[in-house]
Amino acid sequence: MEDNNKNTRRKFLDKGLKIGLASAIGSIGLTKIASKLNAETKSSSEETMELMTTDGTIIEVDSSEVEEVKDIADHETKYRLREGMPNRKFVMVIDLAKCKNALKCQASCNKNHYITGEHAWLKVYKMQEDEDTAPYWMPTTCMHCDHPACVTVCPVDATFKRRDGLVLIDNDRCIGCRFCMAACPYSTRVFNWEEPDYGEAAEVFLEMHGADQPHNSIEYAGVPSKIGTVDKCDFCPHKIHKNEVPHCVEACPNGVFYFGDKYEDTVTNGAETLRLSKLLEEKDGYRLMEDLGTKPSVYYLPPVDRLVDFKEGLNFYKNFNSVDKSDY
Amino acid sequence: MEVSKKLVNDLAPQKFGKKGVIWTTFLVIVSIVGIIAYIDQVRKGQIVTNMNDYALWGIYISNFVFFVATSFVGAVTVAVLRLTKNTWRTPVVRIAEIISVAAIIMAGLTIMIDMGRPDRLMNLFIHGRMQSPIIWDVIIIPTYIAICLLLLYFPLLPDLAILKKHFSKINPKLSKWYGRLSLNWTGNARQTKIQLNSIQIIAILTIPAGFMLQTIDAWLFATLFRVGWDSTNMGGYFITGAAVAGIGALVAVVYVVRKAYKLENYITEFHFDKLGKFLALACLLYLYFNINEYLIPEFTSKKEEVTHMNLLITGQFAPLFWFVQVGGLIVPIVALFFKKGRKPLPMFFIGLLVVVGSWWKRFLIVTPTLLHPFLPVQGVPESWHHYFPSVHEWLITIATLAMALLIITALVRYLPVIPIKRTADEQELFETEKKSKS
Repeated sequence: MEDNNKNTRRKFLDKGLKIGLASAIGSIGLTKIASKLNAETKSSSEETMELMTTDGTIIEVDSSEVEEVKDIADHETKYRLREGMPNRKFVMVIDLAKCKNALKCQASCNKNHYITGEHAWLKVYKMQEDEDTAPYWMPTTCMHCDHPACVTVCPVDATFKRRDGLVLIDNDRCIGCRFCMAACPYSTRVFNWEEPDYGEAAEVFLEMHGADQPHNSIEYAGVPSKIGTVDKCDFCPHKIHKNEVPHCVEACPNGVFYFGDKYEDTVTNGAETLRLSKLLEEKDGYRLMEDLGTKPSVYYLPPVDRLVDFKEGLNFYKNFNSVDKSDY
Repeated sequence: MEVSKKLVNDLAPQKFGKKGVIWTTFLVIVSIVGIIAYIDQVRKGQIVTNMNDYALWGIYISNFVFFVATSFVGAVTVAVLRLTKNTWRTPVVRIAEIISVAAIIMAGLTIMIDMGRPDRLMNLFIHGRMQSPIIWDVIIIPTYIAICLLLLYFPLLPDLAILKKHFSKINPKLSKWYGRLSLNWTGNARQTKIQLNSIQIIAILTIPAGFMLQTIDAWLFATLFRVGWDSTNMGGYFITGAAVAGIGALVAVVYVVRKAYKLENYITEFHFDKLGKFLALACLLYLYFNINEYLIPEFTSKKEEVTHMNLLITGQFAPLFWFVQVGGLIVPIVALFFKKGRKPLPMFFIGLLVVVGSWWKRFLIVTPTLLHPFLPVQGVPESWHHYFPSVHEWLITIATLAMALLIITALVRYLPVIPIKRTADEQELFETEKKSKS
């Protein structure tokens, strides 16, 4: 297992390096670069160029072998949609001690993903394990598991796991069998039972996703929703792409959500940026239903030393509603 | 080896009387209504069903599981009884094969009704990936359809030749069709040898294929985390359950066909007695797996399991649960223990009870589990806390059942429901034995 992990990481780095180089300077067949790297640069009569690889080593290549790549954008798009952003591993930390059910996260998520059904992607649960234990508010997103049960059972590879940690849905391929929904223990997936009705938002929407915009692009995998297919929290690749945090993180007035990169070992809630490993260690971070072996990318900090009273949140609690349609 | 005129006259397919025509028309109308409802569902989306993000599967899936289960009857009666050399099977095997064919074809169709995007059906073949249990189903169902058709067809060959001759004057057109389908059957030694070998191979193949089909169906649920499905008991549970549903359906259909075609001399009380014992055995086996499935979680009393069990035993599904367990299992077992219970008419009602119980049993396997996921059901409309099928779902589901009955009816109309050649051979054997004794 350990060996295997190392191996895949090595392969991953290797590929990232190759692609990074190719897209930075363009040109040269990948195999050629590989042979160059292995051969430690055969010095030739012509000029050489010094290039820095993604991991910081300087390499020298023959400049005659460097040429511009014409369809660089296309190349990147194709690479990332199912592969993910190179050398990233996105994680989220949700601090239950801070949540008071303000529901700003949900409102922002609903609005920005044009959720028109009855079921929000992001939910804040009123939790109480036992009558003797304290109640608390628990926001849930898609857990973006490293062992995603939904991906395992998908018959057509419509839902997929990317190397940057995201689990996304290709809703141009989904056949609507809902097996993934049955497989997900976190009940995070929702179904478009009817044609999504965007109402007045439709114009804004169409402006954003013009006809030239490829559907299921890196930025908007699974958006806009389509009838008869499955939807869920997408970890906002359109925000990550712009180096911004997801909508829920941005909208939360209490700094409950932290978003970041596991490889960089940092997470931020906008106001403060913390060391992930330290945060999880100091505050006893855990993951939901760890025993199922799904390996979620979302960590929780237990609701201890709470900053807010649980009861305050009850004012906003709506048992039978999670999508406010008046926004449209 | 001439087959007697009387035998052919008795067993050859007959034109339907008034009742038969009314029955067929009724089935056609119900099927058409269902097709209209389905077209409406395709146009509007599955919003016309009462399914929701929690009860994400409904009676389309449980009905599918029911059809898959019923199709098992071919494997159990034909193959198992053949390999165990139970000669009493002769007059009922053809009907079992017909039920199998109808059920498995309808299973293949009903699963598509549940798809959110039936227009993307081809994606299963273009993008199919082996790790998904749905792809296992995509592979095994067509395989089983093929096996069931062959299992029906091979033993038919001599009968088709007989029918060709029989109808040559009465109905030349029909006779021509029988002739074509009989593949120039003459009954010579070489043909017979090939035929018997083929039947033997197909009969043996049916057993592993049938087991695989039922097991894959069980694994559609057992491979998921949900409480009530996450059980290692599921494979055997589904196989025995399928035997119950299949034999139950067989008993009911045999009774109706016997009555309609007046076959009392061929399908006798002796056969019902044997079928009754066979059904009782299947029910007992299924009861055993039921006890495993429900008693162990009740004993260990894990929190989630208790929620599930309470929903079944005392909660909103209690009336259905007890009807299925007592009406669909205990009552038939007790009734079948008595000789009087194994007479044709009581057997017919027991068969119906078992089939109805089996249908609702699948509903109880699918729905209650979905209504109590690991995280609480919150933030969705109140109606999403329950599930009961909508009018569209009922119309479509009833239509699929009608279509299955329509396939059975059509096959019963045009094929000899009791193997003619085999019956003749057995009668001859019986006569010679009698003569040699006297």
